Amino acid sequence: MRVGLVVVSHSARLAEGVVELAAQMAPDVTVLAAGGLPEGGIGTDYDSVVAAVQRADAGAGVVLLYDLGSAQMTAELAVESLADPGAAVVVDAPLVEGAVAATVAAQGGADRAAVAEAAASAGAPPGTETAAQDAGAAQSTTLTLRNDVGLHARPAALLVRSIAGLDADVRIRLGEDEADGHSVLALMSLAARKDDTIEISATGSQAGEAIRRIEALAERDFDE
Amino acid sequence: MGCGAADVANLLRAGAATIAEHRVELIDLDRPIGDADHGENLNRGFGFVVSTLDTAVPETPGGVLKLAATTLISKVGGAAGPLYGTAFLRVATTLGDRPDLDASAVVEALRAALAGVVARGKAEVGDATMVDALTPAVAAAEAAENDGIAALLSAAADAADQGAESTEPLIARKGRASYLGERSVGHVDPGARSTALLLRAFAEAAR
Repeated sequence: MRVGLVVVSHSARLAEGVVELAAQMAPDVTVLAAGGLPEGGIGTDYDSVVAAVQRADAGAGVVLLYDLGSAQMTAELAVESLADPGAAVVVDAPLVEGAVAATVAAQGGADRAAVAEAAASAGAPPGTETAAQDAGAAQSTTLTLRNDVGLHARPAALLVRSIAGLDADVRIRLGEDEADGHSVLALMSLAARKDDTIEISATGSQAGEAIRRIEALAERDFDE
Repeated sequence: MGCGAADVANLLRAGAATIAEHRVELIDLDRPIGDADHGENLNRGFGFVVSTLDTAVPETPGGVLKLAATTLISKVGGAAGPLYGTAFLRVATTLGDRPDLDASAVVEALRAALAGVVARGKAEVGDATMVDALTPAVAAAEAAENDGIAALLSAAADAADQGAESTEPLIARKGRASYLGERSVGHVDPGARSTALLLRAFAEAAR
């Protein structure tokens, strides 16, 4: 049972496009578009937002993202009108980055609060993320990327998913830059390409397992 | 004089008529600073409110206002739907199932409407929004509470008129107009104007 996502936009096509992009990262997450007016114009439609939230909720709750001003109001009204308003939450996040970060978090089995947090922090400037927690001795390894696109969106999403749920805090380093191994967007911002060598460090009781899984993924060229 | 469900329905009908009459004016106010849909959206929404009331009028003032709220929320695509919808919804909740409203209930209703708009839109006085019309209207209504429903609504409408006018020199800080920054100066906010128009219509219908 995973958290569902609803993308609320003034434009039907914008909502559908964001859903298309986000869903590609996370095949098992219900991501639904609620964009435009029923007659086809620009605007947000309360009834379709409510319907989308109800359909997206598989029991683990729903996170709503929105594009502009009144879309937020419509989304908040829709949540307030639910039989259990606590089942859904409207998150202030950059629409595209937030939707991608949230669906990947949901795919990994994160709860509603964690999915919302993933979306909200997707727009944070680099360096504001929390520092690695000091949880026992770090294990580390280096590996060279052999796949064609490096740590691009899909491989980054696969990496994050491969270690989701493990008790391990994983950091990936490329040269001077370091990224949170649990954030697709942070990994993408490293811009690690084919033939780049990255350093993986992990702490936590399952640090070794996390590193082993990432190595296996790289070995398979991220299933390209 | 009391105010029952049928009276409240009549106020809403008067409000709808005013919005229809001023549809073009509201569109014109919205064009330079927004997306020119305020008059159209609101007119469509209130049109549905009236046709729903023509089918059946709920038994209490709160019921009538709740019906108006859900209709506006469903039928108005822009910001006005959630904002007016929330206002009417809060009023309906505040009034509960009272069969009849006195002056103090009407003042309480106006306070609830303002609280709803502020909660939904997160705007403050001076942001060039509906709040600039509704805030002085509530204060004026409170001051005129002892003069009866018609008089307090009339005082509220006067204050809302002035409040709407006061948005002209302001820089819009909320909604679509806020993207224009300085260029929003010199325009009356369409939402503040429609708020004033509605209160005027309610006041005249209550006489």
